[in-house]
Order: sequence, then structure tokens, then C-alpha cells
Amino acid sequence: MERAKTDPKQTLNIMGNSILKDINSMKNPGIVLPIRTLSNVFFDEKHRIIRLGDKISRRTYLNVAHTRKFMQTLLVAAECKKIMQQNVSTSIRDMYYILKRTIKNTNENTFEDQNESDPVLEDLEAALNTLREKLHLKADRKGYIAGPIKIVDGEDTIDCTRMGSSGWAIPSNVEPEVIQFRDCTADYVLVIEKDAVWQRLNEDKFWKKHNCLILTGKGQPARGCRRMINRLHNELKLPVYVLTDADAWGYYIYSVIKQGSINLSFLSDRLGTPDAKFIGLTTQDVQQFNIPKNVTIKLNEGDKKRANEMLNYVWFKPKEWQHEIKHMLQAGHKLELEALSSKGIRFISEKYLPQKIQNKEFLP
Amino acid sequence: MVVKTAHEMAKEHRAISISEFFEKNRHLLGYDNKIKALLTIIKEAVDNALDATEEARVLPDIYVKIEELEKEKYKIVIRDNGPGIVKKQVANIFGKLLYGSKFHKLRQSRGQQGIGISGCVLYSQLTSGQPTQILTSTGDGKTHKYRIKIDVKHNEPMIEESQVIKTDKWHGVQVTFVAEGLYREHKQSVIEYLKQVAISNPYANIVFDSPTGKVEFSRGVQVLPKEPDEIKPHLYGVEIGILTRMLHDTKARTIQTFLTSEFSRIGSLTAKKICEDAKIDPRTSPRKLTEEDVKNISYAVKETKLTKPPTDCLSPLGNELIKNGLKKELNPEWVDAISRPPTVYRGWPFQIEVGIAYGGSVAEPSFMRFANKVPLLYQAGDCAITKSITKIDWRRYGLQGSKFPEAPVVIFVHLCSVWVPFTSESKESIASYPVIIKEIKLGLQDCARKLSLYLSGVRKAQMIAEKKRIFERYAGETAVALEELTGSPSKQIEENILKMVEKRWGEINGEEDTEEQRGEGQDRSQANTEHNG
Repeated sequence: MERAKTDPKQTLNIMGNSILKDINSMKNPGIVLPIRTLSNVFFDEKHRIIRLGDKISRRTYLNVAHTRKFMQTLLVAAECKKIMQQNVSTSIRDMYYILKRTIKNTNENTFEDQNESDPVLEDLEAALNTLREKLHLKADRKGYIAGPIKIVDGEDTIDCTRMGSSGWAIPSNVEPEVIQFRDCTADYVLVIEKDAVWQRLNEDKFWKKHNCLILTGKGQPARGCRRMINRLHNELKLPVYVLTDADAWGYYIYSVIKQGSINLSFLSDRLGTPDAKFIGLTTQDVQQFNIPKNVTIKLNEGDKKRANEMLNYVWFKPKEWQHEIKHMLQAGHKLELEALSSKGIRFISEKYLPQKIQNKEFLP
Repeated sequence: MVVKTAHEMAKEHRAISISEFFEKNRHLLGYDNKIKALLTIIKEAVDNALDATEEARVLPDIYVKIEELEKEKYKIVIRDNGPGIVKKQVANIFGKLLYGSKFHKLRQSRGQQGIGISGCVLYSQLTSGQPTQILTSTGDGKTHKYRIKIDVKHNEPMIEESQVIKTDKWHGVQVTFVAEGLYREHKQSVIEYLKQVAISNPYANIVFDSPTGKVEFSRGVQVLPKEPDEIKPHLYGVEIGILTRMLHDTKARTIQTFLTSEFSRIGSLTAKKICEDAKIDPRTSPRKLTEEDVKNISYAVKETKLTKPPTDCLSPLGNELIKNGLKKELNPEWVDAISRPPTVYRGWPFQIEVGIAYGGSVAEPSFMRFANKVPLLYQAGDCAITKSITKIDWRRYGLQGSKFPEAPVVIFVHLCSVWVPFTSESKESIASYPVIIKEIKLGLQDCARKLSLYLSGVRKAQMIAEKKRIFERYAGETAVALEELTGSPSKQIEENILKMVEKRWGEINGEEDTEEQRGEGQDRSQANTEHNG
């Protein structure tokens, strides 16, 4: 964490000057970047998160495979510096439009789409050891929270018990400089993969009855959402329980919440929550809760392939997970959260979740 | 019912002359239609002119004129600077079919049978009723002028006019035909023919005065190809009929001397062995052999291993002449040619030459076939050359297309031989002997390899140029970004980036595919796969 304390503005200046120096002395200029692929991440057993290794690549100007990206990296760096100097913040989409232009004497653009500028930005975050939020960049909001907590967002204080049916939308930047917590009385955080299920629990005032916070990332949670979970756990010492579909994608979402992702492995410290527990669904629930067979979905070839791959991931090595994944393969079916509604609309809030939490029936 | 007796029937039978035969079967000589008729006349006369000049070791100057007299009726003039024709031969050469010097000689030449030029005379007379006019001089200041027709029934010349004119000193022949025809300028036309002649005979200068204007195919080199040597026939290539005739004509006293003196590469040991196998006394007089004996000799020959005929008798163009011809007429970006070593089919020596011209003014793929330096324009489908080209996998040589290359290439294939195996009398396509196909294929592959080497070089150069463009393309934006980061003026930075590219240019081209590049490549493919908002 201490590396992040260096001033990103300063780092950008140093980077620019060293490149300029190379150019002026007729050397091939390069930008040193950590490699952000599977080949350069490892599972930190002690802290139980995915971490970036120390392999680096040099993005150089005189390499046809790099030249365009080299230019893009510098354009993004220059723009970040500008934004920081003006002390405004902007979105990563704005950034794309600000920098998109036709290169002189060509019919080529500096950036063809946002898929070109976003990874460059992540490269820069990794290279500068900083968060893009510190570079004054925001992403779209994604994810909602409700429950007994007050959130201080700038000059406003939001009571998350009074957010009606929609909940409070989690912004992309939830760093302590911007967002602080107040008066939290919740016992735990329940993270739900699906927005529809979150809405059901919110309507049932599940958070009130069970004194918890409910939070959804609407599928794979964005980094704001993951950072929020991380902070709720670290600062308020709340246990985190994750509820997803019983399928490979759901388990993957859980693993990203818990130990971070390969792509953003340099941020796992801030985005991962290693103490998170998996509450469900599991394919074993079918038997335990007498869920009718006809609401299960048959595994397709892709599901099977993915499940077999997951058996080999270090973070799915605990015997409980090995057992669950093998059970899924053996049973040959998967399960959506909505399948629980076959037992009645409030089965999930009145029976399934309370029983699991009470009995501490979690997967690690 | 009238019953004819054998005697009566015999009266109705009579020998028809060769002229009469061709009068009725003119397509066999290449007069199937009016367009082709014009081409055939030009072709026969130009072939003769080139044979004559080459034999006299004179650089050919050939003048061709086609003038439309009335609808579908043309005056055709061909003039050469050859040695001319001696007076007493003129009438027979032009007025008698199958008269010629070449049929009895085994020597690489364009004409073979002595049908060609007299066929033109016959066709002209059939379609226009007019005699053919010949002017010739051997260089003694006298020009012989003839007007000749053919007596079709007896295959004899009919001289309508003959006179000696005193002129300046010149030598050569000028023939003027008046005949029916149709002048067109498409793929199988006179102009295409002359263009191909100019390619395969780059030492010739050809002027063509056509109904649409004057064209000159200029001489590209000042040297003639090596003169072909006359050779004796080889026993493997001689069939029973010819063998019988040769036995009749020979001056040899014994069958052994007949074999050693009339055929190529037969020693007395081989001759004795053939006789022994045929159960004939080697001392027998050739004229005393029975039909049975001749058959036996023929069988014995097939069972005997004979030395191949000499192959140095041929007159190939050589790769320099081929390249010169292709260059001067097609103006390609790249050209190369190869001469295969001579080899033998059925006892006849032959040699394959291949040239390829690529790019430049060559826009469309095409191929040109030649036999003894004569372009073959018709019946491409039956020809050994076409078949060989379609058997090459052109994609292996960096060209698109399966049967024919779909690239701007002209493929030139030349077969020279003392006896070209044509599929028909009109001499338009080469018979597909396996050994001939094999040789053509080897030649094509060899030449195509050279082209593919060139093309990969070109592609590499293009890649290097593209590389430089990339480094130059991003200099401006990079400089703008660096100005923001450092405060230095972008103009100066851009200049320095370009200078740096220039300075390190040498080593850039040496260091492709480095470690760091591979790392980056992977990076890109995976970095975008994960969803992160």
C-alpha cells in the first residue's frame, strides 16, 4: 500500500522526462510495464489473494508491434496529468473521446474504440502503482446497496435504510477521501449476483429482519463495488457472504470478489476480500432443500470444460470446492438463483438464507 | 440392278494428287476460317523467312504487310533479307506441295514438311483466282519475278509469268499473295503472332504494316543463336515404313554398314548384335532383305539397349535471348529464364526452355507456347505445355490460383527438337509424351522458384518500408503527449524522434521478434478478456 503514496503527478513527470532523454540521445525509448497476464500472477497463500508477479515488459517505440500502443500510453499519461492539474475528474469514456482524433496524414485514429483506451489506462495504473481514481478517472456506476448504514458522500449523508425500492447506487470511486461510513449496525454483508434477487430481498426488507447489508454487483461486480465490499469488511469488520447462481460463472464471480482478478491483480490488495464466504447456491442444495429436478439446467459442453478447468485453480483447491465442482459435473446440472422460487416466492428470504447463515453452511 | 465388274470399278479408282487432297481438306493446313487463313499465310512465310536468314547467318529483317483490297479480300506481302532462292527452284518451292529440303534432313528448323508455303499459294488461288507473285534475288543485281499457280491435278507449278529484272543489289525473297481473309486483332491474330515471334526471335527486326497502322518489333540483340547441326536418325525413332525406304535408298553394301552409317550412335558391335537377334547375316545386302527380315530388325532394335542420340545438334535460344525477348516486348518488372539440358523422346533429341515475366506492364496472366521458335496460337488445350502448366501447384511459389497462376505473369515455354511431335499437320499443339511433360514441369518449377525468391524479397522490402512508415506515423502524436508531460516543444521532439528512427534504422531491421515483443503480444490478447467496469 505504501507504494501508492507516491504522487502520481510526480511519477508521470519522471516517466515523460526519461523518455524524452532517450529520444534526445537517439536511444530507443521504452515504458516499463508489469505484465498483466496469467503468466505473471500468482496466488499469495498467506494473504489468500491473486498478486501480480514481477515480470515486466518494455513497451518500446522502435518495435512495430508496440509503436501505436506506446503513443497511446503517452497520450493517456499526458491527459491524466492535465486532469490532475486542473483538479477535475472525468470518466474513462470521456477520456476516450478527449483523446480520439485522426492522426495527421493518415486515415487512422489515435484510438479506434474504448477497448483500446481502457487497457492502456490499466497498464498505466499498474506502471504507476496507483489507482485510476487517484488519476481522477471514473467509470460508470454499477451496483446497489441497502441496509442499516449511513454513507457520507462529499457533503451528503445517505441513509441506506431509506432508499426505497432501488437502493443506493455505488459510485466508481469509493476511496476514503470521497466516501466514509457512519452508524453501521449491520451484522454482515450479503453480496448477491443478480439484481432481480436483490430487489426481491429488498422488497421483503430482508436487511431489516436479518440486520444486514444487501449489495448487488449486477453480474461481475465493477471495481467500485469490489472496493466497497473490501472496505466494509476491513473497516467495519463485517463478515461477507456471497450468493450466486450454482454455475461456473457464479463461482468465478465469487472468486473475483474473494481474491481479485488476473487482469487487475495489481489491485487485489484493495479489491479482494479474502475472508468472504460462499453461501450458495450449490448443486448440493438440490437434495438438501428438495428443489424440484425440473428447475435445474443441464450442463453444456462449455460448462463442463470450464468446471474441469476450475478444478485446477489454486483458489478452488479447498476440499469443499473440489467436492462441489465434482458434484456439479457428476449431477450434470446447474442452478439459477431464481430456481429457489419454485419452492415459493419467499423461500429464499425466509427459509434458505436464514438456515444457511444460522448453520454456517458456507463454502470457503 | 447394274452389277459393276472389278475391272469397271478399277477404272473409277485413281490416285488423287496431294494438291487435290488439300483442296478438299484445307482445314488440315490451318485454313479453317478466314481469320485463321490470314494468320496461316503470314506464319508460313515468316517461318520460311526466319529459317532462311538463320541458315545464312544473317540477322533477319522482315517486312509484313496486309492490305485490304475489298471486303474480306487482302493483299499480303512478306519480304525478308535472306539468301534468296536460285532461279530453278523457285517454281517448285512455291508451286508444288511436299517439295522441300527439310523433310529429308534431320535438323532443327521451323518448317518440316514442305507443305506450308505452297499451301498458301494454293489457298490464294482457290479463294481469289490469282497467282502468287515472287520476287527474289541472290544479291547479283538481278531480280527474278515469277507469277505462279499450282496445277492441282498433277501437283505441278504453273508459271504464268517469269522475268528477270535488273535491280540494285539485294538478296532475299518477297512474296505477294492475294487471298480471302478477315483481319482482326485479338488473342489468336497476326499481330499477337508477330509479337510472340519477336519474343522468341529477339535477333529479328519485324515491321508490320497492318490495316490499322504500322508496328515495329525492334531487334533486341545482335547475335543469332547457335546454328543447329544435322544429325542422322536414331533407330528408336524409326518405324518400319521409313526403315524399308531407307534400306531401299542406301548406298551401303551390307546390312551392318547400313546400320552404322545411316543411324546415329550405332557401332559395329551393336549392329552385329541387332543382326544376330534378327537372325540375319550382317553381310547381307540391304536390298535383299525380305519384309519379314525388316520386321525382325525392328523387333530386335526394341530389345537392344542403344546409346542416346547426340543432343548438341539443337539450337536452343538460351536464357539470355529469352530474357531479352520477354523484356523488350513485355516490359516486365522481373524476368528470368532457364534452359533445361537436352534429352530424348523416342529417339529424337529435344530441349525445353522456360521463361517467366512478372509485373511491370504485364497485367494479366497468360502463357505462350513455342516449338522451334514458332509461336503456337491454337489448340492450347491439347498441348503438352498447357497440360504441364496446369500440373504445377502455383501457390507453392507464392502465386495465387491452382491450375493457372492468377498473378501478373507471362509464362514462356519453348520446345526445340529435330522433330517436334505435333498432334496434327497444322502444327498447333505438342503431343504429350511423358518425358516431355516431365521436362516442361521441371523447367516451370525451376523458373517459378526463382520468381518466388524474388517475390519474397519484394515482400520483405515492402514490410521494411511499412515498418518505417509506422515509426513515422506515430511520431507527431507521441511528441504532442511528451510536450504535455515534459514541457519541451513538440516540434523539436517530433524531429528528434524521426532522427532517432533514421539513426537506429540498421539495427531495427536486425532485431525482429525479440522477447519483449512476444510478451507484449500475449498481453494484448488477454488484457481485454475480463470484464471490469
